[in-house]
Amino acid sequence: MKLAWPDKPTTRLALQLGLVGCGMFVFAIWIMPPLYDAFCDITGLNGKTGDKYQSVASKIDTSRVIDVQFIATNNDGMPWKFSPEIKQVSVHPGEQTRINYVAHNPTDKDMVGQAIPSLVPYKAVNFFHKTECFCFEQQALLAGKDAILPMIFIIDQDIPKHIKTITLSYTLFDVTERFSKDELLNMVHEGP
Amino acid sequence: MAHGPAKGLTRWLYTTNHKDIGSMYLWFSFAMFFLGGIFALVIRAELFQPGLQIVEPNFFNQMTTMHGLVMVFGAVMPAFVGLANWMVPLMIGAPDMALPRMNNWSFWILPFAFAMLSSTLFMTGGAPNFGWTFYAPLSTTYAPPSVTFFIFAIHIMGASSIMGAINIIATILNMRAPGMTLMKMPMFVWTWLITAFLLIAVMPVLAGAVTMMLMDIHFGTSFFDAAGGGDPVLFQHVFWFFGHPEVYIMILPAFGIVSAIIPTFARKPLFGYSSMVYATAAIAILSFVVWAHHMFTVGMPIAGELFFMWATMLISVPTGVKIFNWVATMFKGSMTFETPMLFSIAFVILFTIGGFSGVMLAIAPADFQYHDTYFVVAHFHYVLVPGAIFSITAGVYYWLPKWSGRMYNETMGKVHFWLAFIGLNVTFFPMHFSGLAGMPRRIPDYNMMFADWNMISSVGAVLFGAAQLVFLYNVISTILSGKKATDEVWDNPEGLEWTVPSPAPYHTFTEPPAIK
Repeated sequence: MKLAWPDKPTTRLALQLGLVGCGMFVFAIWIMPPLYDAFCDITGLNGKTGDKYQSVASKIDTSRVIDVQFIATNNDGMPWKFSPEIKQVSVHPGEQTRINYVAHNPTDKDMVGQAIPSLVPYKAVNFFHKTECFCFEQQALLAGKDAILPMIFIIDQDIPKHIKTITLSYTLFDVTERFSKDELLNMVHEGP
Repeated sequence: MAHGPAKGLTRWLYTTNHKDIGSMYLWFSFAMFFLGGIFALVIRAELFQPGLQIVEPNFFNQMTTMHGLVMVFGAVMPAFVGLANWMVPLMIGAPDMALPRMNNWSFWILPFAFAMLSSTLFMTGGAPNFGWTFYAPLSTTYAPPSVTFFIFAIHIMGASSIMGAINIIATILNMRAPGMTLMKMPMFVWTWLITAFLLIAVMPVLAGAVTMMLMDIHFGTSFFDAAGGGDPVLFQHVFWFFGHPEVYIMILPAFGIVSAIIPTFARKPLFGYSSMVYATAAIAILSFVVWAHHMFTVGMPIAGELFFMWATMLISVPTGVKIFNWVATMFKGSMTFETPMLFSIAFVILFTIGGFSGVMLAIAPADFQYHDTYFVVAHFHYVLVPGAIFSITAGVYYWLPKWSGRMYNETMGKVHFWLAFIGLNVTFFPMHFSGLAGMPRRIPDYNMMFADWNMISSVGAVLFGAAQLVFLYNVISTILSGKKATDEVWDNPEGLEWTVPSPAPYHTFTEPPAIK
């Protein structure tokens, strides 16, 4: 079937302009957000660290020491107690290090939390690799329970020379409403 | 030519006549201007003294939000569309708009959008209270329930603007009288053509932004919610990608109006016509690459700050060309100072002041101090009130004799001008000082140190509001009982609109005019 494209110049122009309008709507919803994510991913601009990292055999660069500081923040309305076990570690690039965050659910209801990382300086983002992190998935905590949340990271040997301190912040969000009771219990049983 | 307007209410409901629809747009905009003005006076009354006296903080936030939304989408934009409806066909020698039925529709959905938006004031939880820029998560996670009505109101306003813009482009590109080449078009037609393209490009982006909000609120997506992998800063990028071209949508037609009025009362042709056209196009194109200067403080790399700073400053070049051309048009002209000319000269001076504070804000390192202070409020009111509002007022005084066939009262017009001019400066000039001293935007209470400037601003606001009542009275009394106007109205004005009788007959240019 041949698409009917009107002959009248006014109608044709109006239709073309309408299509441009629709195109801009599509651009706003389906193109701008992924473009923004990709841009942030490449530049590390919004401090979001990457997904699970497969460690590769490499030398530890003992000539450099980098201080890594840990911060915990509760998003508005999140009642859990949430903090890093230690506030700062000094590591060599290439060295695999494990640290723990601890969480406690002081309420009388079962809840699910999601930690979102943010790292400064943003130029260090793509050199900070996590081989294991509680932030990769949601954390379910039954009423009154505690959990130890491990995070294992490696700092890339190629990290720019001027970076001597990295600050990693986790903000904990309450995402209980996104899960059913069953999903929540499953999460608890699968947990470490 | 016996075919005249229909009788009664259905004339207005069913009309496809560009003059009827233009008048309805203008009256609607006038009504919204007073509604938004009342909201502004509530703000100024609360800020008259430090401390909380008159309204609750939450209601105060609703007032700042509704004032901005109503003025931007209800007063300024429909007024420009109304002027375009009335004047574009008359200026290019066309019998009507290209798509008259769509024209009717794009007007008649507007009252519904604003009825819906205003109704949120009476809902549980109140009206939107997150500022006219409605940043997420204030407008999503923490929004009052009425936000959904706000979202659909924005959708309808956007649809109306896009249809209006399509109509204007189709009219200008297809319906010009033979001989009316693009570079012979009056500046008002040129600026509206470019504005209409901006509207089609960015109103859908605004619709996209509110649609993403809608999905975040009701359908569990996480475009702007960090907990689900989204990013609130994305909202600001999407919003300002719309928002910056939007501020030019509110000023480019103003440039066109002033470019029509100044030559008439300086009795010289417009200086540098083609440079005016190119400057307008340059401003429109640059408007797409400067959006992040509204968000210098979100945490951008230095390269980003520098790019957006320089791109923003670049805009002052084509804008400077325009200011220069208006001044050059007046230079050595035999000027007279009728009301439209007074408003136009005030436009040139005060818009330039607003432009200068804009350049100050464009300096990224300095913006960290000015950001979200009253300095920003002073800046955008200096470009919008003397920019958009004064130019619309000037346009109404300039063309009202053509529309109504009657001359307005010149003395009353001058009283209106001086009251508005003094009121505006008394209101907004002190905001520069309170802003530089650190007074934040959108707060119902403030430190004692800002008390004097705020009291002066509030007094000025009452004066400015009173001036608009003079305007309303003048317009109504002109239409009802003004002296008969001649067909030319002014002293040898340029443009096809002055070749038709006053008042302009219901149907004009059914035969295309000859273009010299």
